[in-house]
Amino acid sequence: MAGAGARHRAAARPRPGVGETAPVRRLLIAATLLVLGCVLVLPLVSVFAEALRGGLGAYLASFRDPEALAAIRLTLLVAAIAVPVNIVFGLSAAWAIAKFSFPGKRLLITLIDLPYAVSPVVSGLVYIMIYGAHGVLGPWLAAHDLQVIFAVPGIVLATIFVTFPFVARELIPLMEEQGTEQEQAAMTLGASGWQTFRRVTLPNVRWALLYGVILCNARAMGEFGAVSVVSGHIRGKTATMPLQVEILYNEYNYVAAFAVASLLAMLALATLVAKAVVERRAGAASAQLATTGTATELQPREAP
Amino acid sequence: MNIRWLVAVLVLALVVGGVAMSGAARGAPKPVELLNVSYDPTRELYRDVNAAFAAHWLAKTGQAVTVNQSHGGAGKQARAVIDGLQADVVTLALAYDIDAIAKHTDYLPADWQQRLPHNSSPYTSTIVFLVRKGNPKQIRDWDDLLKPGVAIVTPNPKTSGGARWNYLAAWAFVLRRELGDLAKLHDPAAAAEVQAAQAAAQSFVTELFKRVPVLDSGARGSTNTFARNGIGDVLLAWENEAFLAVAELGAGEFEIVVPSVSILAEPPVTVVDHWAREHGTLEVAQAYLEFLYSPQGQRLAARHYYRPVSPEHADAADMARFPALTLITVDDVFGGWQQAQRVHFDDGGIFDRITAGGQ
Repeated sequence: MAGAGARHRAAARPRPGVGETAPVRRLLIAATLLVLGCVLVLPLVSVFAEALRGGLGAYLASFRDPEALAAIRLTLLVAAIAVPVNIVFGLSAAWAIAKFSFPGKRLLITLIDLPYAVSPVVSGLVYIMIYGAHGVLGPWLAAHDLQVIFAVPGIVLATIFVTFPFVARELIPLMEEQGTEQEQAAMTLGASGWQTFRRVTLPNVRWALLYGVILCNARAMGEFGAVSVVSGHIRGKTATMPLQVEILYNEYNYVAAFAVASLLAMLALATLVAKAVVERRAGAASAQLATTGTATELQPREAP
Repeated sequence: MNIRWLVAVLVLALVVGGVAMSGAARGAPKPVELLNVSYDPTRELYRDVNAAFAAHWLAKTGQAVTVNQSHGGAGKQARAVIDGLQADVVTLALAYDIDAIAKHTDYLPADWQQRLPHNSSPYTSTIVFLVRKGNPKQIRDWDDLLKPGVAIVTPNPKTSGGARWNYLAAWAFVLRRELGDLAKLHDPAAAAEVQAAQAAAQSFVTELFKRVPVLDSGARGSTNTFARNGIGDVLLAWENEAFLAVAELGAGEFEIVVPSVSILAEPPVTVVDHWAREHGTLEVAQAYLEFLYSPQGQRLAARHYYRPVSPEHADAADMARFPALTLITVDDVFGGWQQAQRVHFDDGGIFDRITAGGQ
């Protein structure tokens, strides 16, 4: 394994063999920057510009509105449930898939990818078909006075669904690559399964895990489609931040709408920073491992 | 290892989340809450009505009441109630949407519309045009919508009640133009003439929807598309929505155009008996709807550009804003909402056929 070190050297070296002339290179760079500017930077800037249009006072006043606060609280609550659930699921799924072989393994991997492939609106509707008043479980839930759809549990379920693959998908390739030698060594030395997992497997994947958690959290807080379908849009009750942005926008309350949107944008920026930090730490960790001889690739995979 | 710390934080987050959730599910004990599931343009109206009713109810009974709101396209909202959104009252754009709830569930009786005065509609409205300042495309009446180069914004009749009123108003306009007298619709001797007029109406509406660049799912989405995003030359809108857009988004930027004929839109309200009984809110839900008919409720309706059924309770200044125009009704021209829905908007109905051919 040439590892990260070789790749870094390759990236640092100028690349004379590519063949494009300087003007072509500059043109390509300019085109990229233009697209980035139009597609990413301008919208981001305009969110903050709109939010601050009425001045800082109006901006801050948007967050004193009880409905906005309720939306922020609900979003944090949903993420606080969905992210840990996906950590537990992702770790167990990746552990099972990477370290053991069993029938139906490929099928399981495909199933984990399902939320990537399914439109969020469809995943929301599926929950209505199952948990709605006329759904498969609807009558039973009604008989037991449980409300899932159009209430917080439905929003949590929909969020867990759309964020399902993030952690598992980060861990599976890494764990597969690492193989089972270290675990086998630990077992031979008398470690129990739990000890092996906690002392050997988990430390080896901690950066990939963190990376997955960051992405998972960003999506959990930002999800609109699936949550919109199951929320019922009751203000101050079942409106998460993205839904609250829509409500405020529809009420001609543009400053407040973009103020809440700016929080989501800041979350996105914080996610990017955290992602960069984690990548650098992961790179450093893998370089360290490479020099000590236990060469393992810890570079987290790019998100699909 | 930091992992242990991480795990501790996560467990804590789970516990906190669980506690917060069970708290949310239990709800507040004493003060009562109502959920009003409404259609799109009533946001501002019910914000005021809810505050006024809360004060009224507190003064009358000593009980604090919070009315929670959910808004969206009327068809979508009715669907959500059918799927289990626990509305204590529904205040939707047209009777058919509440009929749909009665049909698909046993939440309320089929004769719900007889329970309150005026077909259970405490306020009415109609469909008007909103155009850009100076009316650059010179749109004065329904005919002008089909002038070359006019782009029309309306929501989708499949999901929006307002859009269904738009569609039927256009249709009724053509029938009236072709027949001269709408009484011919009920005259067997004029059957051939009526048939020709219906065909003319269908081709008119077909052409109209070919000129729609964006079909939003609710009235408010369309207003934003037209007013905020600058798409289209004319917005077919609820009268109240058009007034509000002018008031909120700049009086100098838009003009309201009142067509020669439009439709009397009766947005009805009713208690969803099943959930109100379940929540123990029957009494307060009933009082809430009756409040809409009270002098105070009527005054608020007029202030928010809805035509009150008892105009004597409204401020004269508010009433002076409503232009006089000929209003036809769904019952007269389309044989009631059940039939209008079946012929025009159900799957495979005329709307599906004209849009399938047009796109």
